[in-house]
Amino acid sequence: MAETEGGDLHLRSLTKQFAAFTAVDDLDLTIPQGSFFALLGPSGCGKTTTLRMVAGLEVPTAGQILIGDNDITETKPYRRPVNTVFQNYALFPHLDIFENVAFGLRRRGAKDVKAKVDEVLELIELGHLARRKPTQLSGGQQQRVALARAIVNRPSVLLLDEPLGALDLKLRRQMQIELKRIQTEVGLTFVHVTHDQEEAMTMADTIAVMNNGRIEQLGDPATLYENPVTTFVANFLGQSNLVRARVTSRGGSELVVDAQGTTFTMPGGRCVSDSDDIWLGVRPEKIQVDTPGAGANTIKGTITDTSYIGVSTQYLVRMPWGQELTVIRQNDGAPIHRPGDSVDLGWEPEHTFGLDASQDANAGVEREEDDEPVPAGAVS
Amino acid sequence: MSTVAHIPGGDTRAPVPVVSRRASKVPYLLLFPGIAWLLVFFALPMVFLFSQSLQTGSLEEGYKLTWHFATYKDAISQYHVQFIRSFVYAGTATLLALLIGYPLAYAIAFKAGRWKNILLVLVIAPFFTSFLIRTLAWQTILSSNGPVVGFFRATHLIDLLQALHLVVGDDLLSTPFAVVMGLTYNFLPFMVLPLFASLERIDIRLLEAGGDLYARPFTAFRKVTWPLSMPGVVAGTLLTFIPAAGDYINSKLLGNTSTTMIGQVIDGQFLRVLDYPTAAALSFTLMLTILVLVAIYVHRAGTEELV
Repeated sequence: MAETEGGDLHLRSLTKQFAAFTAVDDLDLTIPQGSFFALLGPSGCGKTTTLRMVAGLEVPTAGQILIGDNDITETKPYRRPVNTVFQNYALFPHLDIFENVAFGLRRRGAKDVKAKVDEVLELIELGHLARRKPTQLSGGQQQRVALARAIVNRPSVLLLDEPLGALDLKLRRQMQIELKRIQTEVGLTFVHVTHDQEEAMTMADTIAVMNNGRIEQLGDPATLYENPVTTFVANFLGQSNLVRARVTSRGGSELVVDAQGTTFTMPGGRCVSDSDDIWLGVRPEKIQVDTPGAGANTIKGTITDTSYIGVSTQYLVRMPWGQELTVIRQNDGAPIHRPGDSVDLGWEPEHTFGLDASQDANAGVEREEDDEPVPAGAVS
Repeated sequence: MSTVAHIPGGDTRAPVPVVSRRASKVPYLLLFPGIAWLLVFFALPMVFLFSQSLQTGSLEEGYKLTWHFATYKDAISQYHVQFIRSFVYAGTATLLALLIGYPLAYAIAFKAGRWKNILLVLVIAPFFTSFLIRTLAWQTILSSNGPVVGFFRATHLIDLLQALHLVVGDDLLSTPFAVVMGLTYNFLPFMVLPLFASLERIDIRLLEAGGDLYARPFTAFRKVTWPLSMPGVVAGTLLTFIPAAGDYINSKLLGNTSTTMIGQVIDGQFLRVLDYPTAAALSFTLMLTILVLVAIYVHRAGTEELV
């Protein structure tokens, strides 16, 4: 296969404005060569616009795009060493699978087109369908052809725009593993845009969570999940319980906070706010029911709702000050509490995080059907 | 969801044949008016026409079916020039209509934005006037003292057309040039509308994908847009070529005696000479020739492979 021009992808102060709306706002980002990078965010956060600017399908209002030292900001799309897997695949309906995959190679006058196409069709295990038309393939197969059509060109950067969005849940899981396998095998830089946090966490080495055209937080999936730095990230990646609290002491490495009259502790490094007013956060599955360990943050509450999910049970527990915390407990055989039961909750201080209290506690909370705007007055 | 709920114990097969048996008559009922219409006003007249072409006799003494195939031979040997001329004129007009219509349809489909509907209305606006009036208007447009002739004379384009034997003297009216212009103009909407319909259906993301896969804009057009618009090209060229080949108005109003097309000949044989067998034989020959040409064309264009 052809040598690829190497280099990390750099976005420098990248901005895109549509009339009065700023889709991408002064974005700075470096995506290392060979990594699987995810841009994660709700619809309208600017992730797709960012991708399209890298592909050359949108012209940035300001800023620069570089691959290695090569500035491609002004480069025409057909000259960029970048290929895209489009959201609805955009396979050419008049060409068969082989010719779809060969399209990019033929345009660049590559040699050994047949060998290269056959090789990549083997990689996606569709060699036997080379002479079919795209409409004769299933959604999952079309998805793989779209991927093959892009990676056969060995681009410096491969862009994936919600590549699994059109597949059903089971197939999507399968393709997540498949995509990750292919990325490891071919070693190309993958930039993956998605609104599905699970998809991003399953595949990506590094995730940038985007909101309103800016990056909220950048990091590996575990860091983002365990250590969110904004309420948006805390809510958009999984669920979080956020309780209003006030720091009473910052002695040593430990932070002591007072939340509605109860005292909790957390490691100082896990609080990102310098102010004394904070949101105290804890993930629902980190909260233990009945058996808080020694040194844990503990509190009593009353169960108001029990949802049995099978692998786990989700409780809503009312705190003395009226707020309800979400608690998820593995079904390890322990008795299941009924609404009205009084329970002891506890979690380790190192599972607590502190966020800036000036942020909206509901930022990034996913609605029932995310993406679909709920019409005013609709009963949900 | 991919799973289908199965209702336990529910016999889902029982009602199906009842529904399908009842529904199966509906398509035939719906087809009936159309089929009846075609039978009475198309198939039957065709039989009459074919029979007429093989009859001998005269209008006064009456016609008899004598299976006189020689009428075909005589008609073709006498009028093959007009036949060939008709196909050349119609072919040229179709090509011109494609050259003019494709960019127009492309612009309306991809670049017109909110002007799309207005432009489409403008394309069909000529239909608000009768075909005859519109063709007569071209007499005025191309008249000896008009600005069009003036332009052609000033730019010496008229000399070029003269060299190509497309005009006579330094006039445009009553020339092959005028006939082809008239045909092109009159059938242009039949070209533009199918082209627009198939261009508009093209997913813009396919063009983006073409660019993303290293195709320059012109290559993307050649490899993506053009093949995907083939159904429109085929439909448009057929809708232009077929009526243009049989047209008898444009040549009559804009041409001269040496631009006579086959439609004019048939018109004359039926209505003035009153030689019904020859007229019928010419009509049949024209129809068959067009059918064969269209069959070859559609087969070559390979549109059956397109979605």
